Formats: sequence, structure tokens, C-alpha cells
Amino acid sequence: MFILIVGAGRVGSSVARSALAAGHTVSVLDEDPLSHERLEVGLNTTWEEAGGRFTVGHGMEVDALTEAGIHEADVFIASTDGDNTNLTISQIAQKHYEVEKVIVRVMDPARAAWYREQGLHTICPTQHAIEMFQSALGEIA
Amino acid sequence: MYVIIAGGGKVGWNLARELIAKGNEVTLIENRRMRYLTIEQELEHAIQYGDATELWVLERAGIQRADLTIAVTGDDEDNLLVCQMAKEKYLCERIIARVNNPRNRAWFELLGIQPAVSATDLILRLIEHEVPSYGLVHLLDLRDEQLEIIEVEVGPDSRAANTAVQDMDLPEGALIISLLRGGRGFVPKADTVIEPGDEVLLVLDPGLEDAITEQFASGTRGAA
Repeated sequence: MFILIVGAGRVGSSVARSALAAGHTVSVLDEDPLSHERLEVGLNTTWEEAGGRFTVGHGMEVDALTEAGIHEADVFIASTDGDNTNLTISQIAQKHYEVEKVIVRVMDPARAAWYREQGLHTICPTQHAIEMFQSALGEIA
Repeated sequence: MYVIIAGGGKVGWNLARELIAKGNEVTLIENRRMRYLTIEQELEHAIQYGDATELWVLERAGIQRADLTIAVTGDDEDNLLVCQMAKEKYLCERIIARVNNPRNRAWFELLGIQPAVSATDLILRLIEHEVPSYGLVHLLDLRDEQLEIIEVEVGPDSRAANTAVQDMDLPEGALIISLLRGGRGFVPKADTVIEPGDEVLLVLDPGLEDAITEQFASGTRGAA
């Protein structure tokens, strides 16, 4: 499958590496050219030699999305550090580019829940942390 | 009317002032602490501190009873989401969004956020209006109704010059509604002859601008 990941932070770059290792076509889009380095952590080769694609640009720019291959993408992952950017670009990917599977990282549990009801596949790390703390606390107190 | 404004920059603060002066109830939401404290000196309880893209902040401001939500932060994604949640989650009847980067205008339209106001576009439109040689001027766009009203100047050697209205070869979906001549406007009859230098107002279906320019711009007579 062709997977387009916008935002190569800790989460985005790790997901990109594992998806590439699993044999998928992986394209990464990030505003920061230096984020490319993070993709190569733990690799013996460059990201491109390993078969990955990397584009510098913002997830709302048509040119950047096109260059990153959004027209061919089967999966779109929004994992920038901004909830509002993620929610906006994932809706663009879903409604304008009609990417079949769109997954979006949202830190705010309230917005994550509401946008999930609206049909977005949201992942909320904060909600997971809350639940893990609650269960850890439940075991000791 | 109860109005919520997201973003206490120059636009937001001045909008709040004007709306309050006109007798409206206003809550301005600002998430920069220093800015909030400055504005609070003047607006007092009409400003709240917080991130307007968070649901609890919107709810604390009373979004459920807002008649109008205006998002004018410096961030397009924030403006888009504030308006989207106001409209779709809280069923706020009217929204207005600011577009900072005109390239993002299409995304506001895609997600149904209308009207979306872009300062760059407004200034461009003013330039068009001030400089008639620019050709065709948009006077009004009714996006939902899919209609626009435009103004165009008749070039001296255009196809339209010295042609009666009934003999104009206008595309389907275009209608001449008024002529401006010598500072006076009037509704033309079928046999009214369009003169060079006239300004013509037309109602158009969207997308006919090029066909209209062809009829009215200078030098089109020979190209016919």
C-alpha cells in the first residue's frame, strides 16, 4: 500500500520506518528539512536508499501534497504536532483527495471524540495516557 | 445579538469594540496571556482567556446561545476548526472566518466554512475597482446562489461597442442589467446601443468571465 505520512516527529517517523520495513511504499511530508534525519535513526542506509520518499512542505499546500504523492495514497496519516493542522489536513485528504483510509493524531481528548463521531479515525495519545494512569493508580490505591 | 470572536489581534479587538458600541453582546477569546491582560483593561468581562479551538473554552463562552461566531486568529487551521465546530457541533446559525493565506480559501469552501474573508483578496478587489483598465470587476459574488454581478468597461474597438443590446452575442447565463454612461446608470432596452466607454453591469453564472471579457475588451472586434 502507498502510505503518506504528514509530520515526521517521534510518532510519524517511527510509523514511517515500520511501515517501510513491512514492505509498504512510504512517503513522508514535513515542513522541517531537518526532520529527515529522524527518519534514518536506526537505519544503516539513508531513508531514500531504504526506499522511502521525503518531501519538504506544509500539509495544506497543494503542490507539496501532490509532490508527496497524495493522488496515489491509499492511507493518509496526520501526525504533525498541531491538533488543528492534523484535523484540517485529514479532512482535506478525505474529502478532496478521497484517500481511502485517513488516520489522525489528536492530543485533545474532547476534539478527538467529537471528530471520531464525525467519521474521522482519530488516535488520542492523551486519552490512552489518562486510562493507563487511572489503571496504574487503581492497582496501588 | 450575541457574538463570539476567536482571536484578539487587531482585527478581533476592533471588531469587538465596534460590535459592543452597536449594542451587541460580545465575548472575545484570546489565548496569549499578555494580550488578554491588555485587552481586559478595556473590555473587562467581554474577553475570556483560552484556546478557542478547545470545546470547553467555547462552551464557557456560551457558544450554545451564540448568534454569530467569528474566527479571526492568525492561523487558518484554527479559524477553520473554530467555525466548523461552531456550525456543526453547536449549530451556531452564522459564522465568519478569516483566511490569512489566500491559497487556503479552497479548503474553507471544501469544508463548508462560508463566508471566508481574506484581506489579500479584498485589497485585490479594491485594486480592480480603482483601476478600470484591469477589465472585469466583481461587484458581488453570491456563492450559494451561484450568481455573480460584474462590471465591465466597453473598449473602443470591442465587439460590444456600437452594438444594440439585442444584437449582443452573449453566452447563455449572462444578462445585461444596467449601463453606466456619463455618470448616470440606466436599464437598457433591447434596442439600446452600447457605446465605447460605457460601463456595463451583468449578472452571470460563475465561470463566464472569459467569454464576457471577449465581448467587451478592446481589440476583440477584429478577432471575431
